[in-house]
Amino acid sequence: MVALVAGVVGFFVVLRGSAFAAHAIPNGSFAGAAAAALVGTNTLLGLGIFSLAGALGIGWLGRRGRHDVVTALVLVLMLGLGGLFVSLQSQYAPETYSILFGEILGVSNNELAPTAGLGLACVVTVAVLYRRLMISSVLAETGAARGVDPFRVELCFLAVLALASTMTVPVVGTLLMFSLMIGPPAAARTLSDRPGRAMALSVALALVTVWGSIAAAYATNDPVGFFVTVIGAGAYTLGRVWATWRRGRAVGDNTGGPGRVERDRVVGRVAEGLLPS
Amino acid sequence: MTEPSEQAKPADAALMAADAARAAEAPLLAVEGVSVRLGGREVLHDVSFAVGAGQFTGLIGSNGAGKTTLLRVILGLTAADSGTVRLAAANGAGHHTGQRARVGYVPQKFAFDSDMPMRARDLVALGIDAQRLGIALPSRRRRERVEQMLAAVDALAFADTRIGSLSGGEQQRVLIAHALISRPQLLLLDEPLANLDLASAQGVVALLARICAEQGIAVLISAHEMNPLLPVLDRIVYLAHGRAASGTTQEVVRADVLSRLYGRHVDVLHVHGRVLVVAGAGDDSDLEGHEGGVSGGSHSGGAEVVL
Repeated sequence: MVALVAGVVGFFVVLRGSAFAAHAIPNGSFAGAAAAALVGTNTLLGLGIFSLAGALGIGWLGRRGRHDVVTALVLVLMLGLGGLFVSLQSQYAPETYSILFGEILGVSNNELAPTAGLGLACVVTVAVLYRRLMISSVLAETGAARGVDPFRVELCFLAVLALASTMTVPVVGTLLMFSLMIGPPAAARTLSDRPGRAMALSVALALVTVWGSIAAAYATNDPVGFFVTVIGAGAYTLGRVWATWRRGRAVGDNTGGPGRVERDRVVGRVAEGLLPS
Repeated sequence: MTEPSEQAKPADAALMAADAARAAEAPLLAVEGVSVRLGGREVLHDVSFAVGAGQFTGLIGSNGAGKTTLLRVILGLTAADSGTVRLAAANGAGHHTGQRARVGYVPQKFAFDSDMPMRARDLVALGIDAQRLGIALPSRRRRERVEQMLAAVDALAFADTRIGSLSGGEQQRVLIAHALISRPQLLLLDEPLANLDLASAQGVVALLARICAEQGIAVLISAHEMNPLLPVLDRIVYLAHGRAASGTTQEVVRADVLSRLYGRHVDVLHVHGRVLVVAGAGDDSDLEGHEGGVSGGSHSGGAEVVL
């Protein structure tokens, strides 16, 4: 479920160039978990409120021009708040620290239902807004001319990002959530040139990453997080190398023209068939 | 390629005739007295012109003359401080409720990552109904429509290439297909020739002229350089300092009209079939491009290329 959400949402994170927001929102939500531990309420609730507030803050403040400065400000503000909440607590709060690195195998049964529900909400929202997200990511002005307000799409997307963070952070932690949302989608887009397939590949790669990391961690006793990041980065590197190799072959073919395109397609199909999906 | 019109009952025939008559006089697009201030500066001043159905109109002016703002006002993306923009439905039934759906737009600025997972074909398919909710299920009809559109803009050869690795001219064709596939009555293009070499620019102009003629789609194209467009233009809207003059090329591209527009004397020279708008009579060092950017020919001076 986490892999599905990370793969789907991450696809648009990479397409829209919102990687920094995808970093800031899960990390900022750490403050929410700390606040929840301080007040003594449900961690999920604290995460949800803070990540949603952070996401809407980024969207609202960044509605004119670039996002990066306001994203950074929201991030440091939330981290500062998180630090404050942690220091206000007299006793050590393992709940809060587990938020940073996650507990893949430590999700209790009564947390499972809300996590799955939030995940489903994310995927459904992306499916409903799929075409609008696509047009505003690729050709924002043309979308606007068709009545797809880029600002509203951005706010919706950031809200989805916040939901995704809320559900995945208790499981994989804020740091790994980020790498799961960037690594597999970035690798997928080097491997496929079709939006639908790239998204499916992105989910598949996220799944492979999660299961592979757990297996590797179990075998070696090293932290899961290490393997998640290494597999994500490795898949991306392999994808780039493969894309470069394919392009190199295409350029080397002096005849060019439709024949080249056709062969590229064939190579692409074969390669995509080899990949798990 | 006309849309299938509603089956008219005989009793409606008189009404239809009246509508047709109204369509003949009512233009597809009427811009009346539009003024826009942005950041305290008057970008457009009392701009009026009309575009008839199926007409090929050039919106000519130098950088900063207000071309993009005017297109954005027509699209409803920028609000006019005064004046109106009216868009009629092609069948003459007055205001079209879904007017935005009937206007295709090719923006000036677009950037595609080279590894964006989207082929030319996918971008054109997105143009069918990008504003709708939900996922578009692939169907034979959609595929055929995309295939036809790609063929119409001569883009079949690179239909399966990633959009980010196409050349500027190729991307321009794909964007035109993306805009046309929603079957607009009016196609707006913002400086589509700006970053193209001469051959690509002529290719795009020829393509637009063909589509305009074959499918009866009105085209409004902005450009700072009018020469590549002159052979195909039905009408011209010349913008300078936010003011506009419109009419046929012969009516507008004249020394007296343009001098009034610029508020200073300019000459219109015809050199080997090209038109040059030259500022500062008698001062041949002060050619176009200087002093407020009087435009017309990008290769002014002695070494003129015959097109």
